[in-house]
Amino acid sequence: MPDTKTRFTNEQILRKTSRRRTITHVVIYVLLAVWGIMVLFPFYWMLLTSIKGYGAYSSEYIPKFFTLSPTLENYAEAFTAVPLAKYFLNTLIFTVFTTLLMMIVIILAAFAFARLEFRGKNVVFALFLSLMMIPNELVIITNYVTITDLDMRNTFLGLILPSVTSVFYIYLLKENFEAIPNELYKAAKVDGTSDLKYLLRVMIPISRPTIVTIVILKVIECWNSYVWPRLVTDDPDYYLVSNGIQEIRENGFGRENIPAMMAAVVVISVPLIVIFLVFRKKIMEGVSRGGTKG
Amino acid sequence: MRNSFKGWLYLLPAIVFLGVFMVYPLIDVVVYSFEENYNFASQTYTGTGLFNYSYVLHDPYFAQALKNTFILVIITVPLSTGLALLVSLGLSKIPKLCGLFQTVYFLPYVTNTLAVGLVFMILFKKTPYSDGMINLLIKLFGGEAVDFIGGPYWAKMLVMCFYTVWIVLPFKILILTSALASVNENYYKAARVDGTRPTRIFFKITLPMIAPMIFYLVITGFIGAFKAYSDEVALFGTDLNAAGMNTIVGYIYDMLYGNSGGYPSYASAAAIILFVIVFTITCINLSASKRSRLF
Repeated sequence: MPDTKTRFTNEQILRKTSRRRTITHVVIYVLLAVWGIMVLFPFYWMLLTSIKGYGAYSSEYIPKFFTLSPTLENYAEAFTAVPLAKYFLNTLIFTVFTTLLMMIVIILAAFAFARLEFRGKNVVFALFLSLMMIPNELVIITNYVTITDLDMRNTFLGLILPSVTSVFYIYLLKENFEAIPNELYKAAKVDGTSDLKYLLRVMIPISRPTIVTIVILKVIECWNSYVWPRLVTDDPDYYLVSNGIQEIRENGFGRENIPAMMAAVVVISVPLIVIFLVFRKKIMEGVSRGGTKG
Repeated sequence: MRNSFKGWLYLLPAIVFLGVFMVYPLIDVVVYSFEENYNFASQTYTGTGLFNYSYVLHDPYFAQALKNTFILVIITVPLSTGLALLVSLGLSKIPKLCGLFQTVYFLPYVTNTLAVGLVFMILFKKTPYSDGMINLLIKLFGGEAVDFIGGPYWAKMLVMCFYTVWIVLPFKILILTSALASVNENYYKAARVDGTRPTRIFFKITLPMIAPMIFYLVITGFIGAFKAYSDEVALFGTDLNAAGMNTIVGYIYDMLYGNSGGYPSYASAAAIILFVIVFTITCINLSASKRSRLF
């Protein structure tokens, strides 16, 4: 008899704790949802504003949270009144070439550090690592002077070249290359495969996940870069989207056409959001391995 | 010998890029900062000395930028780290929808700061035509409408801090979520067998286990917040001095370029002052984290 009694109270306790757990869960879900709304709301607002008509938007003293007459005219306006397509193309060119050039440079360097033996290797590697601590703000001044002196302002070369350097990715890739068993390299050497062929045929395919991660992170960085492009371009023909947005804000559309501005903002934000949703896992994994925003 | 040559050949592109765009500028910026009245066009200067530093340190705009940056750092670093900890603790406690929440929370990381800053500006701005979204909410709760973009200093600072937290939180949540997930489950099981209270579990197991990651976030958070610039441009426009919301980095770029620009010497001096501040604070942070890890 006492046995069943204890079991009964045990069940009661279990039920009680499980009820308390349900309440805690509900509270947590609500709080998390509140922050979720705060994250999503600006995105909702920009989409909403971008489909409101200019007249409708201007007459709303109290902003409305929805619209019954959506329109796409702001998008047409965004592409015709300012050279948004041009900004887009510029950013695309900048992003593709910067990323491509950087990949070539860092793959070669990482390979040298990971597999080749040569005198002074460790010293150079230590020097490279110490460069990781140098903030961009410190070197950007001279780079600005260099590019100006070389007459490369308002050119793609001037935009791209100083953006190529990245010590951190060399380090990341070198670690990855080193994880590939050395036996493979020795076997390839015995077979008479050249270093370059080995790099292209074996190392790059094996390290593809890391390489893809680096590419995505660099693409995000390029797409959002603002400071350097602002310094070296003052000709709208070479503006990137960030500078374009700033230009639109200060001079384009007339200051009050906010729906058209928001349409431009949507157009600029969509590519990265799509990339993010497609490569969600890879991006989050890559960022937690060593990306910082900046 | 042939091999040695080959190694250097593979390294050559990296060395050229880093040499031209990092090592040389690093030396050069120090040189600039001591050259007085350096002129871009003629590449001449009138003397060497500490005048540039003294000019920057006595410039009221620099004082303003320094003040803004320090307020921003002191508010946003603890706030964002604490919030990120709360959010990731919440995420670790719920069984469902965790992935969805994580995806949503990460969105600000991949968006263009300038573009979304424009949305924030519109949400907070008060114009003659409309009080704006946020003021609508404030009035709903019986408050008075404030222009957060062109109004009083504290209001502008509030938006700046809020936007900064909004931008930096994704990274911190991501790091802390994976740190929490990597705590060995056996510790929790043992604690549960012992009947340990949840708060005690948090302070005696969870916090010590994720402490290194928290320190990492605080250190990178300090560095990042000291370099704040684009977020401010997004909210208040390119003329940050006029808005009274300039930051140290903003001051450097304004000295270099734009309407008030053309002074690379002042910019260099300011950049070196910034570097010294960040370096000092990072050292303090590192030694603090080392000391607390002894326990």
